[in-house]
Amino acid sequence: MLKDFAKKIGYNEPLEIYIARIEALLFADYKITRRAIALLLLQEDAGMLEYVRQRQRDSFGKIQELIEEAKGSYPYPLSYIISLCRQKEAGALVKYSLFAEAGHKQGLQEKLSKILMNPFAAAPIMLALLYYGLYKFVGVLGAGVLVNFLEDRVFISHINPFMTYLVQKAIPFVLIQDLLVGEYGIITLGLRYAIAIILPIVATFFFVFAIAEDTGYLPRLAMLVDRLFKRIGLSGRAVIPLVLGLGCDTMATMVTRTLPTKRERIIATLLLALAIPCSAQMGVILGLLHGHALGTVAWLSVIISVFLLVGFLASRIMPGELPSFYMEIPPLRLPQFSNILRKTWTRLSWYFKEVLPLFIFASVLIWAGAITGIFSLLVRILEYPVSWIGLPDKAAVAFLFGFFRRDYGAAGLYDLKKAGLLSGNQLVVACITLTLFLPCIAQLLMNIKERGMRMGIAMSVFILLFSFSIGFLVNLVLTVSGVTL
Amino acid sequence: MLSEHAEEILEALAIQMEEQGKKPLELGAMRDEPAIEELEKLGYIRRDQDHIHLLDKGKSHALACIRRHRLAERLLSDVFDVKKNIINEVSCKFEHLLHEGLEDKVCTILGHPRVCPHGKNIPPGKCCQEKKDRRLVKIISPLAELESRDRGHIAYLQAKDAPQMRKLISIGAIPGVSISLVQKFPSYVFKIGHSQFAVDKELASAIYVRLTR
Repeated sequence: MLKDFAKKIGYNEPLEIYIARIEALLFADYKITRRAIALLLLQEDAGMLEYVRQRQRDSFGKIQELIEEAKGSYPYPLSYIISLCRQKEAGALVKYSLFAEAGHKQGLQEKLSKILMNPFAAAPIMLALLYYGLYKFVGVLGAGVLVNFLEDRVFISHINPFMTYLVQKAIPFVLIQDLLVGEYGIITLGLRYAIAIILPIVATFFFVFAIAEDTGYLPRLAMLVDRLFKRIGLSGRAVIPLVLGLGCDTMATMVTRTLPTKRERIIATLLLALAIPCSAQMGVILGLLHGHALGTVAWLSVIISVFLLVGFLASRIMPGELPSFYMEIPPLRLPQFSNILRKTWTRLSWYFKEVLPLFIFASVLIWAGAITGIFSLLVRILEYPVSWIGLPDKAAVAFLFGFFRRDYGAAGLYDLKKAGLLSGNQLVVACITLTLFLPCIAQLLMNIKERGMRMGIAMSVFILLFSFSIGFLVNLVLTVSGVTL
Repeated sequence: MLSEHAEEILEALAIQMEEQGKKPLELGAMRDEPAIEELEKLGYIRRDQDHIHLLDKGKSHALACIRRHRLAERLLSDVFDVKKNIINEVSCKFEHLLHEGLEDKVCTILGHPRVCPHGKNIPPGKCCQEKKDRRLVKIISPLAELESRDRGHIAYLQAKDAPQMRKLISIGAIPGVSISLVQKFPSYVFKIGHSQFAVDKELASAIYVRLTR
């Protein structure tokens, strides 16, 4: 029925003839009208060309000839000509069906939008958002209050003793007991980290991120940073995966798929792996640096410099298409609470489905590494670079664990700090190196999955060498200049 | 000054050169034209049995002829809104008026267009290389060179390649739609209909706007 009422858009003369001629050549069984297919073919839609080529190999050459011929009769690409015709029809439709009330006054929403897009107001606004959204909400509430409650009140005082008791009763083998409830056990460490530490942090982060998304702040941020990002080989659009990386680098690496060119995807993946600390890691690092205002400033400036420097160099070295930026700026909206919750929930459930198994996998690896002695070997190897950057040997354990979960590593340093084994300088050097150091195993796997084996491994080797070089350099500068942080 | 006929011949020679390389032009019906003699005397062309050849000395004049013709086409289609099918005819006459620096003024008013309405290159003039003359009132200008709150309609797109064109089309930047520039730093933000878009300088330079005041 609807088909009878559908309005057909008339295209101009030679085009209509070519549409008809191509239509006549389409005889395979297609689910949509032949006219629609002919139009897509004339616009050289890659997917449709391939689809038709496979279905009717014999007559495809003839179709291609017609497309070329049609292209020859217009000075502009056919997609442009077709859009023009559609625009004209749509304009005519709008003209007699839509009335705009005159005298529209600039409302609060538009004024606010102007402020958010003002480059001078942008920095204070962003700092305020980072302070309240990230530091206060994710850091203090998520990583502080909620983590403390879940970890101390729920896991350490209830679940862990109960499970340990249960496992020790049920399974007589010490080896298996260790795997499940030992120092690095699946339940006592893997699950505890996943649920008591990571869950509250990523949940609060995803909540804030969903608000930034639904209000329309992110496109405005993208538009503000585009010029700067062009210098590091990215477009403003890349701000979305990079900000998401502050929550979870693994998920953000997957989201780099939304970037239009391969070059941008590679640069963004590298920067995520190297210089964007995830919320779990940031929580512990900020905890480590707590009370070291100067140290925090030093850590932040080094990480930001590395981010810009590596981006700049990568954009110089990497061949490929230069990024181009275009994005719709939707009107500012008050987000709907139910939508925010639904988004947060969707991301969380993805997170658990993809990452929880990796936690368990990491626990198993640590367990296997510990009993086979591979771990102590690796730790001994790592002690060299760790001592080159001026840290105590014990920090090597933290770096090794840092690979399995970036936050494990930071947490390891926490113990060292508590024991009074780290000076201010050492703390800063350790935090910088650990932030830059190899991504967690989940992110490494995601890098390989998204960028391919060769690129994933190459990036990891680069990051390994680079992070220790920067740590070495910072330590050297601090020591030579005699600064104590 | 050259006669109109001589200009037409130079133009034909230049188009021949542009489209088919260095091939000479068949003399044919032009054999007895006084304009041929005029051009030969000036040292712009050389004539043999059946062909005329463009000489180096005539080259810049020939390019200037093409430039005037295509600028005339742009002016007629973008500013005077002359119907597409009679543009060529009218501009053939119009182009001969664009002398003594007038063509550079027209070029500036049009925002230094790089192609004619048929998509062929317009040879750049002195004015295109110099810093844009701000004293002239702009009628057509790339979006990137407008000021905030300027408004108008999109006159045409000058994309550097097909993907760039596709990007512009996908955000609805199509000739005929009304457009206003909201801000130009750090990125270009403009309004089409009721939607706002942000683009970088490259894309903003590809959108030519006919200003309304």
